[in-house]
Amino acid sequence: MGVADFAFYIFAISAVIGGLFTVVSKNPVHSVLWLILAFLSSAGLFVLLGAEFVAMLLVIVYVGAVAVLFMFVVMMIDVDFAELRGQMAKYVPIALLIGVVLLLELSLAFGTWQVSNNAEAVRAAIAPDMAEVTNTAALGQLVYEKYIYLFQTAGLILLVAMIGAIVLTLRHRVNIKRQNVMEQMHRDPAKAMEVIDVKPGQGL
Amino acid sequence: MLNTDISIVLPEIVLALFAMAALLFGVYTKKDKVAGPILWATSAVLAAIGIWIAMSPAGTHTAFNGAFVDDSFARFAKVTILLSAAAVLLMSADFMYRRGLLRFEYPILVALSAVGMMMMVSAGDLMALYMGLELQSLALYVVAALNRDSLKSTEAGLKYFVLGALSSGILLYGASLVYGFAGSTVFSDIIVSAEGHIPLGLLFGLTFVIMGLAFKVSAVPFHMWAPDVYEGSPTPVTAFFATAPKMAAMGLFARVVHDAFGMAVADWSQIIALLAVASMFVGSIAAIGQRNIKRLMAYSSITHMGFALMGLAAGTALGVQAMLVYMVIYVTMNIGTFAFIMSMEKDGVPVTDISALKQYSKHEPLRALALLLLMFSLAGVPPLLGFFGKFYVLKAAVDANMTWLATAGAIASVIGAFYYLRIVYYMYFGENEEETLDGTMAPTQWVFLMASAAIMLLGLVNMFGVDGYAAMAAEALVK
Repeated sequence: MGVADFAFYIFAISAVIGGLFTVVSKNPVHSVLWLILAFLSSAGLFVLLGAEFVAMLLVIVYVGAVAVLFMFVVMMIDVDFAELRGQMAKYVPIALLIGVVLLLELSLAFGTWQVSNNAEAVRAAIAPDMAEVTNTAALGQLVYEKYIYLFQTAGLILLVAMIGAIVLTLRHRVNIKRQNVMEQMHRDPAKAMEVIDVKPGQGL
Repeated sequence: MLNTDISIVLPEIVLALFAMAALLFGVYTKKDKVAGPILWATSAVLAAIGIWIAMSPAGTHTAFNGAFVDDSFARFAKVTILLSAAAVLLMSADFMYRRGLLRFEYPILVALSAVGMMMMVSAGDLMALYMGLELQSLALYVVAALNRDSLKSTEAGLKYFVLGALSSGILLYGASLVYGFAGSTVFSDIIVSAEGHIPLGLLFGLTFVIMGLAFKVSAVPFHMWAPDVYEGSPTPVTAFFATAPKMAAMGLFARVVHDAFGMAVADWSQIIALLAVASMFVGSIAAIGQRNIKRLMAYSSITHMGFALMGLAAGTALGVQAMLVYMVIYVTMNIGTFAFIMSMEKDGVPVTDISALKQYSKHEPLRALALLLLMFSLAGVPPLLGFFGKFYVLKAAVDANMTWLATAGAIASVIGAFYYLRIVYYMYFGENEEETLDGTMAPTQWVFLMASAAIMLLGLVNMFGVDGYAAMAAEALVK
């Protein structure tokens, strides 16, 4: 067993374990930490496949940004995870049953798996020749040239997600004081203050 | 290359750009004060693009390496989608304004969801299919929860979102199996990847894709979300759910099974036939117990989807034509019915209980008559247009040697007639209680109710030529 095989098994096993504990761990903060482990292991698998750029994206975007955001969300929001979990326990038997049935069906499909005769040729025809371009350039050609339509649609989907988040959560409160910078800068000390000479024993 | 591609997807680009411009306009002006003008402009643009597509020359064009297909089938579906979306927007303005729900994002989200629907019916690639589907669904999840201070509306949005995400997952899993077998996500490659015998793995992929799509058209047994979402969403949003997205999902369904899996008609035909029978019976029987008219319309739409799927199950060009004609009639009937439901209120509060309709004919004879026509048409009573829709799909099923399916459909439509006729009974012969509906109907709602009822009668003559266009569309899809 070579070094690459050994690394593959290490990354694959830790990815599966990370995924499993993301689901089963009691503390949501621990779940996010396990999720980060799963992301890092998948990044390792991508490196083994020769896709360094995707691996780095996974580390920077998912581990660096998304997982940290998740971490803040689970720490900030006030959700009683224990209660949610308690309700979920009721459905575990039926969920397990459906899961096992699906798994059996899929293993049936996997057991007799076959691919179309020209699948490999069709699959290879899409990507640029890897001998000529680096995989980052190849990815760019696919995303920005061949799949420009899908790329732009993904942009529209993100726009809808942003509109949705604003529509459903933003509230304009009317009776609060807002800072008006121009007003503050144009305040005149002479008008803002008044010096009153208070006579003893009289008050204002 | 790119120029011709862009000229083919120009209607979609124009609509998307309009939505973005309207968004900027709404943000930089007086926020919700401009919601009314934006709503009217959006429905004008939707209708204009609908007419533009209807007028565009015939022929089949593909763009972006087969990811986008513009043929007469796509154009037929797009015209239906755009015109019905425009109609629903127009009649919803008054309802939304009076409930304080008229926010300027609402028409923009509807327009963006219409872009998604246009992409769905034009999809020529599994990835384009998924992108269109998500664009459409994501906008729908948001508008379902638009009334965010109402518990039911937020519940509707959340329920729709969670179950929609699950169905997208199932669909994607199926798509990955199909890709694994064929080595390509383009429909024209998938259809040539298997000849004669369909291997088990591809069959699994096909089944999962059909499951995901069946969720989107709310076919039994993937219908659980529909009644709750229909009930909880604001009524105009419910009206939108029941019209344009249904047409888009059925169009996509037909597109996938014929364009990508046209070599396995016998395999998917039996799955769809099963979905059709289950939808027709569950929809008809479960609606009997409903007192809430929005839930009732949800079950009604499940039943109608069953009939439309029956046309698809036939697996022939005639079946696709029947499905398209059925969907157009269904959408027209639903626009009229929901125009009426939106006007149901007492003391300014929306009423959804059907017993509020008792003795309605005494107070508003003309509106009651229009609703009577629509209810008879929904039930499929001859000689109204709804009957011809059912007749077309039954004929397609019989022609495809699926007499058992047609028989089941006829039985289900008799069962389903009960709850439509009960509404008519309440309006004309119901025991009078003091609570009847008051409130006037907005002019747009009145116009759409009357127009829809009139079409149910006038359409008998020649269906306004819709069946001819549907035949052309079906020919383009089923080669």
